[in-house]
Amino acid sequence: MNIVVCVKYVPDATADRQFEADKTVDREGVDGLLSELDEYAVEQALRLKEKADAPEEVTVTALTVGPAAGSDAVRKALQMGADQGVHVLDDAIAGSDAVGTSLVLAKAVEKIGGDRPVDLVMCGMASTDGAMSVVPAMLAERLDLPQVTLASVIETQGDQVRIKRDGDVATEVIGATMPLVMSVTDQSGEARYPSFKGIMAAKKKPVETYSLADLGVEADQVGLAAAWTEVLETTARPPRSAGEIVTDEDGSGATALVDFLASKKFI
Amino acid sequence: MSEVLVLIDHADGEVKKPTYELLTLARGLGEPSAVFIGPAAQAAEAAEKAKKYGAEKVYVVDDAPLKGYLVAPKAEALQQLVEKSSPAAVLIPSTFEGKEVAARLAIKIGSGLITDAVDVQPGDGGPVTTQSVFAGNYTVTAKVTHGTPVVTVKPNSATPEEADGAGTVEEFTATVSDSAKKAQIVASQPRKASGRPELTEAAIVVAGGRGTGGNFEPVEGLADALGGAVGASRAAVDSGWIAHSFQIGQTGKTVSPQLYLAGGISGAIQHRAGMQTSKTIVAVNKDEEAPIFELVDFGVVGDLHTVFPAVAEKVNERKG
Repeated sequence: MNIVVCVKYVPDATADRQFEADKTVDREGVDGLLSELDEYAVEQALRLKEKADAPEEVTVTALTVGPAAGSDAVRKALQMGADQGVHVLDDAIAGSDAVGTSLVLAKAVEKIGGDRPVDLVMCGMASTDGAMSVVPAMLAERLDLPQVTLASVIETQGDQVRIKRDGDVATEVIGATMPLVMSVTDQSGEARYPSFKGIMAAKKKPVETYSLADLGVEADQVGLAAAWTEVLETTARPPRSAGEIVTDEDGSGATALVDFLASKKFI
Repeated sequence: MSEVLVLIDHADGEVKKPTYELLTLARGLGEPSAVFIGPAAQAAEAAEKAKKYGAEKVYVVDDAPLKGYLVAPKAEALQQLVEKSSPAAVLIPSTFEGKEVAARLAIKIGSGLITDAVDVQPGDGGPVTTQSVFAGNYTVTAKVTHGTPVVTVKPNSATPEEADGAGTVEEFTATVSDSAKKAQIVASQPRKASGRPELTEAAIVVAGGRGTGGNFEPVEGLADALGGAVGASRAAVDSGWIAHSFQIGQTGKTVSPQLYLAGGISGAIQHRAGMQTSKTIVAVNKDEEAPIFELVDFGVVGDLHTVFPAVAEKVNERKG
């Protein structure tokens, strides 16, 4: 089985995230890391490998599209246990929207599958920066593959895949045949920490760098100028004015809260 | 004036409130054409409701041949409707499913996509959207610059306003490819109706976290007294106290109610991402250092197990 896991390098969500002058996300002024939600996809890929009858025949490739520092995201996936990495690195990609990113990812998946077709493309449920949750569906559309998204439980048998998910209105079991695109949620199982052995082993794992030319993508198909969406303005939300805080003593808190709710006409 | 396609949000034919919000927004952009992809038997009722909120046309796509195949066939149906009607924009409810339909549609029709808009207004050269990003710390306005703008819109983004539309029903038969039918639902368990408002649509949300200690009765009691929905933090969900469908935050639901009442929730960034745009925020927490207090309009340092029931009682008394 040939598995590709898409991993994104994002600004740390707990840091003070900013925009650049060109209204793109500041990816250099803030410490970056592998998007936490992508760790779950790496974890599930590794579990599929470990559960396979012949784990040595399962290849897990961590794929990222991003700036030079984005290799950190690939390295983390390798430390967790992925076999190899691919980093699509090209200045022309900067500022791409989801449409552009999904094009580069799709071409990279096709190239990775050149010798041995890719069976599974795995993604996290969303990035922690853009948080659109649309790249898995866009990838599936571009690769003409079925998508099984937001999986919390994954089962495979041969090329058959069954996933369970909490849908918008129901809990569902979804079935499909590989090849397919899958996204997994943070309910799918805690992602492992890299072991010391894993960290050492990762240093010897192969990481290939692709340029846009390697993928047959023209520079003017991607990047900020080619994006099909344009950010007009970014405004920091004004800090909330400090609210009133009271300490509950013998029921005073409830009385004060009811008065507040009444003053705002909620009751 | 150009048509604006609005995908009707419904559950088994029952039209949901965000549909009316989208139709209201669509009226500012052009002539709203509602799209009902659902059971044929429910189409007349859905069309009637869409008409009441200004739909000039209602395209009815019988979902019998599509049902169970997730989002790909819906994206194909919308693609064919876009080709037929050349709309000024396509508005889709910002649910997980809606966003995936929009994602496939955008690639199919070669158009830019904006997700999770909290407002859509007419502008020079197309609709201008407003989004709340970075866990609600920034507001971003944007527009689509290529193709037919596809925009997914969050619940509670507009106040639904009734307006008489012509509501002309037009049956539309979508052609669905075999490749769109490669993933299917093999089992489905509808969520039990709680009798409370839908979490993402509710005007009032009462949420509980780690501080509930697993006892959600005070949270539910207060929600019922206020006529609100129940929500939870990830800590409560991960502890197995409440189902994931109640989770508010980065990996759960995003809510933007008039009143958000948090009990025993510390307010981590991941939780804030799901509730920071609420109009009024109230927290009850034993820990006066809890970061949630930085966000509140009103806070009580105290135990939710005593404060919530007391508030619920007083609210019920006032209601008589």
